[in-house]
This record gives sequence, structure tokens and C-alpha cells, in this order.
Amino acid sequence: MNKPIVKIENVGQTFNTRSGKFTALRDINLDIRPREVVSLIGHSGCGKSTLLNLIAGLTLPSSGLLLCDNREIAGPAPERAVVFQNHSLLPWMTCFENVMLGVEQVFGRKEGKPKLKARVEAALAMVHMEHALHKFPHEISGGMKQRVGIARAFAMEPKILLMDEPFGALDALTRAALQDELNGVMAKTGATVVMVTHDVDEAVLLSDRIVMMTNGPAATIGEIVEVQLERPRDRLALAHDSRFADYRAAVFEFLYRKQLKKAA
Amino acid sequence: MSTIALKLVEAPAAAEPVAVKAAVVPAPTPASALVEPATRPGERLREVLRVVIPPLFGVALMIGIWALVAIKSGNIPGPDKTWAAALKLFADPFYRNGPNDQGIGWNVLSSLQRVGIGFGFAALVGIPMGFLLGRFTFMNRMFEPIISLLRPVSPLAWLPIGLLVFQKADPAATWTIFICSIWPMILNTAQGVQRVPQDYLNVARVLGLPETKVITKILFPAVLPYMLTGIRLSIGTAWLVIVAAEMLTGGVGIGFWVWDEWNNLKVEHIVIAIFVIGIVGLVLETMLLMLAKRFSYESR
Repeated sequence: MNKPIVKIENVGQTFNTRSGKFTALRDINLDIRPREVVSLIGHSGCGKSTLLNLIAGLTLPSSGLLLCDNREIAGPAPERAVVFQNHSLLPWMTCFENVMLGVEQVFGRKEGKPKLKARVEAALAMVHMEHALHKFPHEISGGMKQRVGIARAFAMEPKILLMDEPFGALDALTRAALQDELNGVMAKTGATVVMVTHDVDEAVLLSDRIVMMTNGPAATIGEIVEVQLERPRDRLALAHDSRFADYRAAVFEFLYRKQLKKAA
Repeated sequence: MSTIALKLVEAPAAAEPVAVKAAVVPAPTPASALVEPATRPGERLREVLRVVIPPLFGVALMIGIWALVAIKSGNIPGPDKTWAAALKLFADPFYRNGPNDQGIGWNVLSSLQRVGIGFGFAALVGIPMGFLLGRFTFMNRMFEPIISLLRPVSPLAWLPIGLLVFQKADPAATWTIFICSIWPMILNTAQGVQRVPQDYLNVARVLGLPETKVITKILFPAVLPYMLTGIRLSIGTAWLVIVAAEMLTGGVGIGFWVWDEWNNLKVEHIVIAIFVIGIVGLVLETMLLMLAKRFSYESR
């Protein structure tokens, strides 16, 4: 495959807490290749969100190096768009304005108003939210808000899309619908995605690789499962696919036999 | 302290995406069938009466007690006498017979003007100050002891300082309004800035928004409800303080007018002034509440 978009080399993260230094992550080495979907999975407190924040540039590592497109990640940037767990739409702006805020930032210098507007509308249409362009976030449901959050990230045409438990706050049915939606959008755009999840089915269904993390403190990458299911993936067909069951079993095996949390 | 709490996480809505393609399917039960019984005319009237009757009873009780007290004491004018005086007074609220004898309208307006000016300056200083205190921990720690020390002081204690500095009564009264208005404005704005959810700031960082846009698109709208609470508290206190300040400084103003009518022994005018002060305060409060509601993004 072609050269990686993101390189993570020997990254460690320690936090200063009241009870001294706390090592959250150690010795993380991972390459993320173009057009691949990687999920980070592990028990809560294993530092998967910490790792995602490092790639986003929201926090900087205590040791090691993170590169995006061969440049060191020194802070957040629109080329590494983030979909936050609780959608994080600005409540005083309509869906359109929320998406526009990012689009303007990325394309505002080069393109005129009509072109920017078309970009926003296309992004919202992609997640089937064209009916709610001028609605405020409090006027739409939780699932719809997360769709808009995804549209905002995709509209910026990032090099890599980072998702922090994007569907964690949604109910099971909404989550399934959004996973299918996301699969479709990823197929259409060929996006590179890193996603934090705690849902094994979600990880197998969406990813090309599942990065499984050991328990914290001082968590690191335990094993990596390559999911070689052809795309597009169909939820119902896969439910009867023995390979799907095998991948699922492999992840469960890791999480519940090798990394079982004592008295969680 | 503030009445507005930010609700971050919405409850997830059930099974919403299924409806995306089938959104045009008509709802099985017409909504009107559910509310129909409540809209019958008799029911409606009863609803209105239930809202209107208790306050009427309250007012009647107050007037009754007032009348009783007036009869017993002999000094305090009763409702009838006050009403007659009020009719005469409000027949010409905007007359001018020299600087010390002006209509009640002028008095109220000049008090409002002082409140407006004092409050305006307080907003001009207090809101930016609140932003600084909220944004920078150092500033917060630096000013916190000063504010804690000065805030409990009655603004009237500052009146002599105002008189000394400005050498005139009018700006001194405005000065006390400034002092009493500034604390709620600083503290509420600072609190609002501190409570801007980290998520919104993270969004700003990921989108790469420049500092000007962070202020106009994120900080300001997020802090606005807190600021409006501060403004409401400030104006409320300012309206309380202006009466006392004017009693001390004289000139034209509702507080001075109350004192003047006491010297003239026109007690019914004092009672009228109490009502006028109350009504003006109520109107200010209601207007600001409406404004706050207009800008509160969660109740819109």
C-alpha cells in the first residue's frame, strides 16, 4: 500500500495528577494508511480517546512523535477533522451555519459564497439532512445532530477523519442506521478514518483494522486484527457470515480473556 | 448564582433515522383530537379565571389592609385619598416650575437617565473585565480579593467619594449606580466565560478558527445568557440604590421627590411614589427577562 498518512512513533503520554505522574500511554507505534478505516477498541480507561486526541493535536505527547503527511502534529488543524461524541454543534447556529463555519475556514479564501454554500448543502445532503438546513440543533433529534456533526467534518475534506465514540450517546437502532450511513459515506468519499469505539460489532462492521489496546495505566497496542471483509458490507448478510463471527470472536477473546478488567 | 444552566447532552431520540425516507407518512391520530376537550368555551373561561382570580384577591387584600391601617392611624392616607391625589398628579406629569418643582414624569425620567448612564459605564467596564477574569486565571486570582472586599459595601458608602471627586451631586449619584452595577456584571460575565463548554472550544481549535471568530461566534453567544443575567441583577440593584442616592443628593429624581414630598408632608404622594417605583422596577425586570429569553438558545 502507499505511504501512511499518519505515523505514530514511540508515543507515550503521562499526565501530572495530584497523586504524582500518571502514565496513560506508552510505546504506541502505528501507521495509518490512506483510505483505511482503523478502530481503536479497549476497556474504558485504556487511553483510546487520549490517543485520538493526540492524533487530533488537541493534546501533545509527552514522548515520541506523531506525523501527519510527514509533518509533525503540533496542534489541531482542519486537515484532521474530529467528530465529537456529543456532536458539539453550536446551539446558536443552524445546521447550515454549523457546517459553514468549518467550510468557510478551509475554503473561504479560494472560493466564492455560492461555491461554499453548495459545499455545505452537498455535505448535509450526503448524510440525508437536506430537510433540516435551517433548523437549530435543539430542534432535531440526537441522531440527526450526530449526522450534522459528521457532515461538518466531511465538508472540510480532511486528510483524515477522527471520531471519538461517534455513536456512543445514541440508542441501538439509531446507531445501526448511522453506522450504515457512515459506511456509505466512507465508500463514496474514500475517507481515511480513525474511530474510537467500545462496540465490537461496530468495529468489525466498519473497520479495515481493529487496534486493540491493553488495559491502562500505561496502555499500549495489544493486538491488531485485519478485517478482510469485502465492501460494501451489508449488516444483515454479515450476521450470517462465519468470517464476521470469527473476527468478532477474536476481538472478544482479546478483550475478555487476555485483558479482562479485574472488578471493573 | 446564574439562573441559566447549560444542558449539554440531549437525550437520544429513539429510532429516528428509520423515518428519514418515510417522513411524509401522515400521523395516525390527528393532533386536534387530543386537545379538543380543553378548547370548549366553558373550559377556556374557567382556565382564564383560574389565572386571573388569585392575583385579584391578592390586590384586594392589600388594599383592604391598607384602608384599615389608614383608618386606625389617621396619619397615613387611605386608598381613596391616594387615588384622588394620583389623578391630580398624573393629569400633568410633565410640568416644570423651576428646578425643585417638576412633574413626576420628569422625576422618573431623570432617575432612569442616571441609572442608564451609570449602568452604561458599568457595562462598558464590567463586561470586558468579566471576559478577562473568566479567560485568564491569573487575572481572576488577582482581582478576586478586591472584588470580594468591595462587593458587600453599600454603594451609598461611595457617595461621598463621588461628591469629592466630581464636586457635583448629579455625577455623584450616577457614580453610586456605576459602583453597584459593576459587580454583578463582572461576576456573571466571568462565570459565563468559565462555563463555556470545553467541547465548543475544541471545535474552534479543530476548525482552526482565528481568535476574532472564536470571540464572535463561540465565546460571545455562549456567554450572552450569563451577561444578560448580570445586566438584570445590575439594573435591579441600580433601581433600588437610585432612590436612596437621590434622597441624599437632591436635584430632580424620584428619590429626591419622595424626600421633598415628605418635607411638604404630602404623604399620599409618597405612597404614589412607592407604587411608581415598584411599577418601573417591574417593567425593567420584565423587559430584561424578555430580552434574555430572546437570546437564550435553549428555550428558543
